Amino acid sequence: MNWKRSLAAAAFAVPVIGLLAWGMTRDPKFIPSPLPGREAPTFALEIFAAGEHPIARPVGDTIALAAHRGQVVVVNFWASWCLACRDEHADLSQTALTYAGKPVQFVGVLYQDQVDPATRWIAQMGGQSYPSVTDPRSRAAIGYGLYGVPETFIVGPDGRVAHKQTGPITARKLTQVVDSLLGTLGTLGTLRKPGTAAGPTP
Amino acid sequence: MTRARRALVIAALALCAPAAGRAQDPAAGVGGARADSIRADSILEVRTRALAAELRCAVCQGISIEESPSALAREMRELVKEQLRAGRTSDEVKEYFVAAYGEWILLSPKPHGLNLLLYVAPALLLLGGIAFIVVLVRRWTAPAPSAGPPAV
Repeated sequence: MNWKRSLAAAAFAVPVIGLLAWGMTRDPKFIPSPLPGREAPTFALEIFAAGEHPIARPVGDTIALAAHRGQVVVVNFWASWCLACRDEHADLSQTALTYAGKPVQFVGVLYQDQVDPATRWIAQMGGQSYPSVTDPRSRAAIGYGLYGVPETFIVGPDGRVAHKQTGPITARKLTQVVDSLLGTLGTLGTLRKPGTAAGPTP
Repeated sequence: MTRARRALVIAALALCAPAAGRAQDPAAGVGGARADSIRADSILEVRTRALAAELRCAVCQGISIEESPSALAREMRELVKEQLRAGRTSDEVKEYFVAAYGEWILLSPKPHGLNLLLYVAPALLLLGGIAFIVVLVRRWTAPAPSAGPPAV
């Protein structure tokens, strides 16, 4: 019986074709991160670029994630050799300024780069409003499961990763996530001014 | 003559250097302690390499951090070694990387849930293929029925 044989062939082929078709709709470079929803990996890193008034922090100071519990922390991994970082730079820098005086800390983490080219890059880009830190031996980067730059992690007041952005982030996305996290703070939020938050020194 | 003198100085330095080193090394008299530390170092090296071969290089395509020459892979190897030296087990170190990168970081997925399919499917397909061939060969070699030509 020929139709029986065709049916058997179809029963075998259709799921395989279906599986391959589904595979075509997926981005093979997309790697799901286990971090969103989980406690953000801690770090305490030294500032090499102060940022600008009013959200500057002195060079040489340490930014420790633990000191910003109760605030929203935007952690942006970047490098001077990263082209896509240029695309998001203005959005990050300007959005950070709009949150001056609110319990929001923006921090740039330098990834696989040197301080000198990074400082030149900031100057070339017309400055960076928020401070940037160095990450010796990429320990913070590995802790955050980084596999490229730029990557941005937005940590909520509860210390959990609320959002992970792979690739350039936009002002719109930043505002959307940060605002919703600030909303969860409500009136309970201890409105500590960014920059004055003195955490336990490690 | 300056050349000869220089050679003499170098030779003297070369002779003195190991002696000086020995004088500063408190373990020099105890050959066993030194051998132990060398053995511990090489065990650590072997464990690091074995574990690094199981972890995917995050910035490469399908190779381990043991094989990759990239800077991030080098840092990850260092971190593996550091954690092993600190007394963590291989599984604990793996867990650290899985917590950061997800199971994607393991070159061989853990055998549970849907991943089991990866381990079972090849064997099942092989058995299915063998069964298919056996059935076909039997049908081909079966004596043709006496009534009429065999159906194709």
